[in-house]
Amino acid sequence: MSRALLLAHDASECEPLAAFAQALGLPFDIVTITGDCPQDLGAESIGSLMVGDPPPADSLCSGLRGFAANYSVVAGAATMFGKDYLPRLAALLDRPMVSDVVGVVDPKTFTRPMFAGNITADVRVNADAFVVSVRATAFSNPVRSGQSAPMQVAFDPQGVTKRTGKSESAGGRPDLAQAKVVVSGGRPLKDAVTFERLIGGLADLLGGAAGATRAAVDSGIAPNDLQVGQTGKIVAPELYIAAGISGSTQHMAGMKESKVIVAINTDPEAPIFDIADYGLVQDLFVAIPELMSKIKP
Amino acid sequence: MKVLVPLKRVPDPYSRIRLAPDGAAIDTTAIKFEINPFDEIAVEEAVRMKERDASVEIVVVSIGSAECEEQLRKALAIGADRAIRVDCAETLDSLGVAKVLVRVVERESPNLVLMGKQAIDDDNNQAGQMLAALLDWPQATFASKIEFNDGRATVTRETDTGQETLEFPLPAVITTDLRLNEPRYVALPGIIKARTKPLESLTLADLGAQQECRVAVVSMRQPPPRTAGRRVNSVDELIEALRVEKGLLKS
Ligand SMILES: Cc1cc2nc3c(=O)[nH]c(=O)nc-3n(C[C@H](O)[C@H](O)[C@H](O)COP(=O)(O)OP(=O)(O)OC[C@H]3O[C@@H](n4cnc5c(N)ncnc54)[C@H](O)[C@@H]3O)c2cc1C
Ligand SMILES: Nc1ncnc2c1ncn2[C@@H]1O[C@H](COP(=O)(O)O)[C@@H](O)[C@H]1O
Repeated sequence: MSRALLLAHDASECEPLAAFAQALGLPFDIVTITGDCPQDLGAESIGSLMVGDPPPADSLCSGLRGFAANYSVVAGAATMFGKDYLPRLAALLDRPMVSDVVGVVDPKTFTRPMFAGNITADVRVNADAFVVSVRATAFSNPVRSGQSAPMQVAFDPQGVTKRTGKSESAGGRPDLAQAKVVVSGGRPLKDAVTFERLIGGLADLLGGAAGATRAAVDSGIAPNDLQVGQTGKIVAPELYIAAGISGSTQHMAGMKESKVIVAINTDPEAPIFDIADYGLVQDLFVAIPELMSKIKP
Repeated sequence: MKVLVPLKRVPDPYSRIRLAPDGAAIDTTAIKFEINPFDEIAVEEAVRMKERDASVEIVVVSIGSAECEEQLRKALAIGADRAIRVDCAETLDSLGVAKVLVRVVERESPNLVLMGKQAIDDDNNQAGQMLAALLDWPQATFASKIEFNDGRATVTRETDTGQETLEFPLPAVITTDLRLNEPRYVALPGIIKARTKPLESLTLADLGAQQECRVAVVSMRQPPPRTAGRRVNSVDELIEALRVEKGLLKS
């Protein structure tokens, strides 16, 4: 049963997960939880649970347990969603888990960051079967080939948890984790309206997503799903613009793999300048409106 | 209501992490250790529950060597009632931690396990979910608001796209996120006063537990530093650089 099961939340996660499985070198199947999976990612079989909204973790894992037991490796994306249910599934199967994999050394040895990205570690799994969560930013461009066979997935979720409410922050921008451009703001943005006008406005002009620091989220300037960092989202866009962000270890853990980093900060000593390709020592309340007026959409 | 709060001793999040000369572990010589910040949020939340309802009992537990009694004492000073240290000098993986915690739960029979979402040293974000699975209890991870009513919990949790509210019966496992509360400051006298609160030490054998670690670090390195680029003096220079040097932004 040396075989991998890739559990994708939706179609957008299939490519990075397939790239991971190809690096692993095992035959693999892909199951999407909502929506369909592309047919040419090299999977032997593809299936979908076809649920509109994934059920809470206790139900989801009870439903997946029997099916997942047939695979030696079960992998999903290291999103908040994946982080919620994958460890639960691992324990139900009595399998150890490796979180936030960014590299495959051999089929049982993986590279992952620890200590807020201050350390890169190779970790070895001493078990025949295990679970991993994969950072989508570290795996891309799977070899496209073949035509996967359709597969039926037995899914009978049982659990006592009920979802009684859901508030989604206003969409309209590309997904933060997948955007090509991310504009992020920190504590000096003052309030939600100012953040939306400057950070959101510049992001829109660049066709990008908005991000934030913990300080901005804690003080109600930005919604929680915009937090970039060690304990928030991991991003690696072509262009990351950090405005009014000091550059704490915890924040940099979530964005330092970005291709080009621009920092705008009034303090010339701010640590963010140590990792920025271009540093502009200026008041963001001057620089961002000027940028917005000079960049054509 | 009885609340069990597991907590881990970890390096202060603001300390500088470097590799020890042998390259096999981090250099701990100049590092201050603290309660894992997410676990401190869990202790704070439990203490606030107790302040609202005096019948709440809070037991804190840490698995580790004698040093972690320092963090257990701090939790007692914040307001926990008693502490348990499970003696274990070896590293456990998160499933190993969860399996030891199962034994502690069997011994203490709490109505709720409230713990951090993630230890900021290994950054695993696993143990709470694993414990819930092994106990076959419901779970709510990344909690930003918790309420109890009639033996049920209502938890608002942070998701990839915003927030959601889950409702489930107790007993359950809830893991904390940053927005749940802001832990109070405890001054030294409070920590000294808490010395009279009970702190019990158990072995893995006392609990019928084992040291399990099937995910082992084989090597560590410091990631190469990203080379700093250069300063630009104006927005015009920035736009020009992005266009010409990086091919970004349309002209
Ligand atoms: C357990 C734990 C987990 C954490 N997880 C995360 C995480 O995932 N993500 C995260 O971001 N943080 C995280 N943090 C918090 C982190 O340590 C920092 O506190 C936070 O990143 C700081 O945010 P900031 O840069 O917005 O604020 P500050 O550090 O206050 O920096 C603000 C910056 O703005 C500059 N500035 C002020 N006014 C202006 C102006 N007008 N124009 C331009 N610049 C200006 C200042 O010079 C300063 O450098 C975590 C902390 C802990 C303890
Ligand atoms: N050695 C330990 N002792 C007690 N609790 C722990 C220990 N290790 C982890 N935990 C708990 O499990 C949570 C998640 O840890 P982790 O899975 O390592 O990220 C932490 O926030 C703690 O609440």
